[in-house]
Amino acid sequence: MGAAQSTSEEVRELVGKTGFSSDQIEQLHRRFKQLSGDQPTIRKEHFNNVPDLELNPIRSKIVRAFFDNRNLRKGPSGLADEINFEDFLTIMAYFQPIDVTMDEEQVQLCRKEKLRFLFHMYDSDSDGRITLEEYRNVVEELLSGNPHIEKESARSIADGAMMEAASVCVGQMEPDQVYEGITFDDFLKIWQGIDIETKMHIRFLNMETMALCH
Amino acid sequence: MSRRGALGPGWGLLLPLLLALGELPQVAGVEEEPGGGGHQDSEGFQVVTFKWDHVQDPYIIALWILVASVAKIGFHLSHKVTSVVPESALLIVVGLVLGGIVWAAEHIASFTLTPTVFFFYLLPPIVLDAGYFMPNRLFFGNLGTILLYAVIGTVWNAATTGLSLYGVFLSGLMGELKTGLLDFLLFGSLIAAVDPVAVLAVFEEVHVNEVLFIIVFGESLLNDAVTVVLYTVFESFVTLGGDKVTGVDCVKGIVSFFVVSLGGTLVGVVFAFLLSLVTRFTKHVRIIEPGFVFVISYLSYLTSEMLSLSAILAITFCGICCQKYVKANISEQSATTVRYTMKMLASGAETIIFMFLGISAVNPAIWEWNTAFVLLTLVFISVYRAIGVVLQTWILNRYRMVQLEIIDQVVMSYGGLRGAVAFALVVLLDEDKVKEKNLFVSTTIIVIYFTVIFQGLTIKPLVQWLKVKRSEHREPKLNEKLHGRAFDHILSAIEDISGQIGHNYLRDKWSNFDRKFLSKILMRRSAQKSRDRILNVFHELNLKDAISYVAEGERRGSLAFIRSPSTDNMVNVDFSTPRPSTVEASVSYLLRENVSAVCLDMQSLEQRRRSIRDTEDMVTHHTLQQYLYKPRQEYKHLYSRHELTQDEDEKQDKEIFHRTMRKRLESFKSTKLGINQNKKAVKLYKRERAQKRRNSSIPNGKLPMESPIHNFTIKEKDLELSDPEENPNYDAEEMSGGIEFLANVTRDTATDSPSGDTGSDVPLTGRMSPREVLQATEKSPRPLAPPPAPPTAQNPAPAALPDELGAGPTSEAGSASGTWLERRGLQGAHARSAAARRVHSRRSFQRPRARRPALLKLASLQPSCHEPPHGLEQEETPL
Repeated sequence: MGAAQSTSEEVRELVGKTGFSSDQIEQLHRRFKQLSGDQPTIRKEHFNNVPDLELNPIRSKIVRAFFDNRNLRKGPSGLADEINFEDFLTIMAYFQPIDVTMDEEQVQLCRKEKLRFLFHMYDSDSDGRITLEEYRNVVEELLSGNPHIEKESARSIADGAMMEAASVCVGQMEPDQVYEGITFDDFLKIWQGIDIETKMHIRFLNMETMALCH
Repeated sequence: MSRRGALGPGWGLLLPLLLALGELPQVAGVEEEPGGGGHQDSEGFQVVTFKWDHVQDPYIIALWILVASVAKIGFHLSHKVTSVVPESALLIVVGLVLGGIVWAAEHIASFTLTPTVFFFYLLPPIVLDAGYFMPNRLFFGNLGTILLYAVIGTVWNAATTGLSLYGVFLSGLMGELKTGLLDFLLFGSLIAAVDPVAVLAVFEEVHVNEVLFIIVFGESLLNDAVTVVLYTVFESFVTLGGDKVTGVDCVKGIVSFFVVSLGGTLVGVVFAFLLSLVTRFTKHVRIIEPGFVFVISYLSYLTSEMLSLSAILAITFCGICCQKYVKANISEQSATTVRYTMKMLASGAETIIFMFLGISAVNPAIWEWNTAFVLLTLVFISVYRAIGVVLQTWILNRYRMVQLEIIDQVVMSYGGLRGAVAFALVVLLDEDKVKEKNLFVSTTIIVIYFTVIFQGLTIKPLVQWLKVKRSEHREPKLNEKLHGRAFDHILSAIEDISGQIGHNYLRDKWSNFDRKFLSKILMRRSAQKSRDRILNVFHELNLKDAISYVAEGERRGSLAFIRSPSTDNMVNVDFSTPRPSTVEASVSYLLRENVSAVCLDMQSLEQRRRSIRDTEDMVTHHTLQQYLYKPRQEYKHLYSRHELTQDEDEKQDKEIFHRTMRKRLESFKSTKLGINQNKKAVKLYKRERAQKRRNSSIPNGKLPMESPIHNFTIKEKDLELSDPEENPNYDAEEMSGGIEFLANVTRDTATDSPSGDTGSDVPLTGRMSPREVLQATEKSPRPLAPPPAPPTAQNPAPAALPDELGAGPTSEAGSASGTWLERRGLQGAHARSAAARRVHSRRSFQRPRARRPALLKLASLQPSCHEPPHGLEQEETPL
């Protein structure tokens, strides 16, 4: 892509697709090239070059999300081997702040998209459900930053959260009913009333970047 | 004294006190004159001497504190008044009235709010409280906004107000005043700052959303540095004289701002570090542990005052920075002590401040009226505040993720309350240098009164009318916390990947640094473990589970509940500490883990069971401790200044005890009043049945725990029916009756038990001490030996009771253990498929949507929900 990318038409097209301003696209492109080592695509290994990412406990999940076909809107499951700049922007676009001018419906849609991203991260086998196993897995990783918390407690926390989810989503269950996992609808229910506006937005995409060099 | 007719109920109390206070000096004077008093006459030894002078100062102080506190009680006699009028306004009015009376009696204004008292003794506790309980994440998340308002906003207010007043003065509207530009700027600088005390007092009652609150409140705290600098700078300029001020001085002023603010912050941080470090090593001096928190933070205040830095900033940041580590280090009891002491000091200081603001106004010597000046000041501070807020918000909104809307801006402008800081500063002015000091003082008082009383009164209706987003108090949700944590990581990762330094980047780096270095230095090793937020939420939920579990048991009042195997989620584990202490945590985890793992992995079942055996000992012991009421003497017979250990149990006991009693009273009430809620009852019944059916398929993990609760529930029921009237006096009886009763029941259990395995190998005598019972229980065969003691001791034990209790629970216990064995055999078949369901059913059972408040309601339904115990038997057999 390299030089071709920066031609104005392509940028304009990306602006339309992703909602970023052309300045932001320029900047992200520079970063993209930096990450990929001037290659047109990024592979998983490239993320190893980001030093600050090392400490992130759910690092592998996040990196994976970049290559997830569901997030890239390329298919119902599976992982891509490499992503190009447009894909990179697609992922980044999940983190755009909600525009003040958007109406209620758009806001809802935007919110849903963001939650879908998170949901896909949890649902690692792409079956549309976060099962207990998957949830435990996530919680273990989340808490792995604290060396003092044993795996067992992480698991029981996940169990607790799962039960909470079940009681929120299904309410009183029939005796023989089994709660198999959190579906996306359930996931939305759990998030009801929680202010996502403050949570899944990165303001940096709005302003000039401060530190591009690593 | 015509005012007296209008006085409220609480004031009757105040008057005598006040009069006494007024009279005392005179009485003392009168007595001393004629006879020369006791000491001066060296005629002989006086048995009683009256030494008012000796105690005068502390006595008066104590009396005033008492008066202020009693006034507060008075307000709350009428709920209507306090819900409309903010307490601060009421206190000012009380102060005015009291001041009026004192003045009428003595014609001197002897009690005023002096700057020394205010800055050294009244302000620090309030600010420390604010810092120590500051929601850190919210505060630092909005730090940029807060700083802008605090610094630029305050400068703007000071400059515009001062300059505008000067402009009007030049136009001649105010008449002749002996002032210059600098005096006006000085006045502007002291009147500009929003006051933390006033803001806290008013906003606490308004409950606006947390972002709005933190912005206004944070501004009021942080603007202190600006105020201090502006004040000192202009004061020195005034002293110098207007014509001698050079550009260098102005530059110095600006430099001093940075020195004062950053220096103050630094002092605070250093002392916070010190404090955290000290609390790490206070394990063996638990009693004075809380003292460190107060003394060291107070020292930070004094130190920065000594270095003429911003003292408020110092103590605020001391509180903010140390809270995490201190809360982790000190013991649960100390934490409670700190919490209460801090709140007590802060709200006491606040009460006194507002009352003295009232009293101080009653002094004709300070009043100098200038209508134009006063009114214009009011207008200017309101208008410029509004303009300032709008301008700054306009800038901020371009950078903020959460926009501050028009409504928020209105509340922020309107919430710019002025208070005691301004008053203390204005009183500090030197009359020789500032010729119009009295005018400034009286204007400040008017401004304070206007903002606190008028705006304080109207802000609540305003907030309601504007439909400002209110703060909602939500229960902590585990999912929410987990997702929130996931978001934090995702956002910082995205920032890392896109190579930018944003909020999340900084926060992430900080928390890494904190975890790697700071926590290791400043926290006890044991504390490092349990300080994860998610764990905290988890524990809170566990605690709630436990509470609702007890409530549920009481509501059902039948054996069915107790025998349902879902009791494997232990009630007893988490009662003792809301904050996870290490021991408790491990036990509860093990038990929880047991629950989920047992059904998932059959092979490890036995092994796990063995490991649980160890914890069972602990848990049994724990249960005994909790449910056991010790005879009173055990608490009382020793005095030690350094030991408080026995209180720990006392606290727990009391909590459980009160909860039980309250519920019983409630259910009694509902029986007596014949409240009939048929529909609900039927529903509940159905649900119960469903639950039972579900539960009975689940293997039981914790038999020994079943029985205590089971006995205890039975007894609950009996008690209710037999002696409800005695409930109010339980306090006296129960302690002494506890042991005797305990022994009785133990004996009953031993003899009546059909299978004969319940502690029958233990020699039982008529009377045993609780410790003996405990030992006895532990000696008996593990899985089939329900510790009989705890439940009995937990409740008041009127003498008639044991007879009723005798047969029922024990035989039930026997059969309960029988079914448990059966179930154990069955569990293999059910285990795997039951996994998820079980996970769920346990939860939905323990926390069936309705949490605590609702459960209380449920508890009142009790009588209609009783089931005969054999109902369960039939249900269980098919399985």
